[in-house]
Amino acid sequence: MAENIKSGGKETLLDIKGLSIHYKTEDGTVRAVNDLNFKLNKGETIGLVGETGAGKTTTALGILRLVPDPPGKIVGGEILLDGEDLVKKTEAEMRTIRGQKISMIFQDPMTSLNPVMPVRDQIAEVILLHEKVTAAEALKKAEEMLDLVGIRAERAKEYPHQFSGGMRQRVVIAIALACNPGLLIADEPTTALDVTIQAQVLELMKNLKQEFNTAMIMITHDLGIVAEICDKVAIMYAGSVVEFADKYELFKNPKHPYTIGLFNSIPDIDTDVDNLKPIKGLMPDPTDLPPGCPFHPRCDNVKPECSQKMPQNLEVSENHFVKCLLFDDRR
Amino acid sequence: MNFCLYKYIFKRLGMMVPVLLGVMLIIFFINHITPGDPAVILLGDRADIQDVENLRREMGLNDPFFVQFFRYVGNVIRLDFGTSFVPPHRTVWEEISMRFPTTMQLAALSVVFAILMGIPLGIISATKQYSIFDNIATVIGLLGVSIPNFWQGMLFIMLFSVTLGWLPAAGWSGPQTWILPAITIGTSSAAVIMRMTRSTMLEVVRQDYIRTARAKGQKESTVIYKHALKNALIPVVTVVGLQFGGLLGGAVLTETIFSIPGLGRYVVQAVNQRDYPTVLGGVLLMALAFSFVNLLVDILYAFIDPRIRSQYK
Amino acid sequence: MSENNITVAAKPKKKRSQARDVWRRFRRNKTAMVGMVIIIILILTAIFADVLAPGTETHPGYNLMNWRNTFELPSRDHPLGTDWAGRDILSRIIHGSRISLQVGFVVVGIAMILGIILGAVSGFYGGIADNIIMRIVDIILAIPNILLAISLAAALGPGLVNVMIAVGVGTVPAFARVVRASVLTLREQEFVEAARAVGANDIRIIFRHILPNCLAPIIVQATLAMAGAILSAAGLSFLGLGIERPKPEWGTMLNEAQADFLNYWHISVFPGLAIVIVVLALNMMGDGLRDAFDPRLKK
Repeated sequence: MAENIKSGGKETLLDIKGLSIHYKTEDGTVRAVNDLNFKLNKGETIGLVGETGAGKTTTALGILRLVPDPPGKIVGGEILLDGEDLVKKTEAEMRTIRGQKISMIFQDPMTSLNPVMPVRDQIAEVILLHEKVTAAEALKKAEEMLDLVGIRAERAKEYPHQFSGGMRQRVVIAIALACNPGLLIADEPTTALDVTIQAQVLELMKNLKQEFNTAMIMITHDLGIVAEICDKVAIMYAGSVVEFADKYELFKNPKHPYTIGLFNSIPDIDTDVDNLKPIKGLMPDPTDLPPGCPFHPRCDNVKPECSQKMPQNLEVSENHFVKCLLFDDRR
Repeated sequence: MNFCLYKYIFKRLGMMVPVLLGVMLIIFFINHITPGDPAVILLGDRADIQDVENLRREMGLNDPFFVQFFRYVGNVIRLDFGTSFVPPHRTVWEEISMRFPTTMQLAALSVVFAILMGIPLGIISATKQYSIFDNIATVIGLLGVSIPNFWQGMLFIMLFSVTLGWLPAAGWSGPQTWILPAITIGTSSAAVIMRMTRSTMLEVVRQDYIRTARAKGQKESTVIYKHALKNALIPVVTVVGLQFGGLLGGAVLTETIFSIPGLGRYVVQAVNQRDYPTVLGGVLLMALAFSFVNLLVDILYAFIDPRIRSQYK
Repeated sequence: MSENNITVAAKPKKKRSQARDVWRRFRRNKTAMVGMVIIIILILTAIFADVLAPGTETHPGYNLMNWRNTFELPSRDHPLGTDWAGRDILSRIIHGSRISLQVGFVVVGIAMILGIILGAVSGFYGGIADNIIMRIVDIILAIPNILLAISLAAALGPGLVNVMIAVGVGTVPAFARVVRASVLTLREQEFVEAARAVGANDIRIIFRHILPNCLAPIIVQATLAMAGAILSAAGLSFLGLGIERPKPEWGTMLNEAQADFLNYWHISVFPGLAIVIVVLALNMMGDGLRDAFDPRLKK
């Protein structure tokens, strides 16, 4: 993985520019994703980190164009996959991309498999959709995929309720990787699992990702997972990426006050618990975001203009982007 | 799939026995509290007191309640539902078994109508939520569950039989005479099934596994008809089974209006003639039919839902 | 982001704001509001029936027969016409609302109380009590509702109270099931554990902590059950097993119309329409309440 870290010379796979997704509800417009930017190279893994409600899942669904519409809509921005804007694709074109070029692993394996369909058939379905194979071949390949994720062939005809959570997530991973997609989006794939199973599933994902040379967006709120398997990190707050950098750069040299706050609120085994500094306040209501920088009410370094000016995405050092007025001033 | 169907059916049948006994107990109890001495009714008002007493003893009417009840259960098992109070005092079984097939046929036709209307309309309504079609279907669904079927029957006769002259207003002699009564009875069930299909479809299409299917690149129509529908059908099938009871009950009213020589109308006539053994025999037979239909639904369930199947390995 | 973590029942603390939320959602639902307005108008009609349908010479009261005016079509004197005995159909429908509402409210009121007790005991204590109650419920539900009502009505004879009993018996099980289901889920909730931990007794836990939280399904069930009870009672009366003539019950009016409805459309259309309007209004309200209580389906 070492060579992946230097992203400069690599080919860009995904480039999201100014993405905004809003939900129109009876209670007002939910601004779930606002002017979101990040880039991902082929074969790389990016960690999309943020609290619950930061818009991570909406971003993921947005990339697949699966935001439920109504009420959700992509209201602006571009999602460039291999240079082609997914926002402009027709639904029929998107169908050839979903499952083939981009796959997704959902958060809760207990509910993300169809309860009345044998697991093998659920894997074969995606193969049949995107590859020119017969039904029998698809089923055979489905069994191979199951074997790959560590499920014995004789269980292939069983139904989801006959599997444990960790096993089901393996099936979901098999579905996602069945057509060898260039990009895999994993939405908190281990949150719903037991800790011991979490490690197994993560290990499996890491290995398969390398084997298939798949780029991955790992959505998580767990910085430990990021440290373990990601190459790059994008920190999300209130629907926007507030800081985006190489993993080592970000862990060593965090810039945005929110990022710093996140690191400070993680207990460290070496230091005393007294030093834990949680970020004060709560995530803002996405129907009613504060003016200016959405983080300013919680920010320790808040300045008067923070409540008036929306910070721009600034490259503070090479490939290290921050959305904060503090750095705007310095320049 | 090593699911044992016989074991499953056997278990279901076993669960039915106490329910059926309970049904018989309730019906027998109602029979017991009805006014009038069956012996007096059978022999006529001017019968000799001694004759009445003899008949009472012969019929076992002086025995304790539960002795009488278990004798009744034994009799019902041997298809002996008692003797009609009304001359010529034929056995109840003779009378009701003769009319029962007509009522079952009527109920079956209306269930077919209800399913053919309810499920497709429910699916379309759910997939096009908030569209004009959905709004119209919702209104029709509400109307359907609110119209008393006896009044709907009267309107149908006025409109389709008298004013337009399209279909006969009475009788049971061929498909033409089936249409109006079957629709009359089936309307409310169609509405219930439609509403149920709509709401479960709306619930199911929000499930994560539907999103998974979409994320595979599956066509929306396949997502709906392959993934969503099969899951949504599980509760819908239950409702269809439960509706069958309502259809049998509806037959009582509708057969009266359309002069159909079925069990329902016969029961109503029996009520008006105070012929209680016939009323209770008829009700019991329909309750039994209802229970068996629900047994069939339970079996159907096992074919749709693998989670039920795997409980009976 | 999954839908599953939305709990239907709010914690007791949030009761106030939840009620307001429900009302806000209900008020926005046009269908439900129309239903509610119809029901309010109907209740007022029933209360002021004597004023609205007075028995004068030109406007006969509901039981005033007039053999010179039989089967009169709707006119200024008789907006909905007259029946076979020359009685004013509008007056009879207005007075009939009293009977239908009475049947609806009494049946549902009593069935609700019985259903809540049975369901709460069944769900809270489980075990043998649960088994016995639920088997009885199964048995009653195994007899199609209208058939049960017919056999009971046949045994009890006609009359208002008997109709209420005949219809009511079949109404209890649905309440018992609804209450039991909510109690079962609530029983395991933490605020119930908490109440138990501070030493509240069973009665207190059931009445103070559990039942207030299953109000939503009970209210919805009550609205829909009232619609069902009114329909069943009308059906019984139509068969001649319910309210006796000459009472102006709507089903009874249809029963009386049966002989002549092919010649005089108005004698059957209007009483039937009255039933439809009430039942429809109740169903509209019930649907609206369900959506307002459980916003998952409406977003």
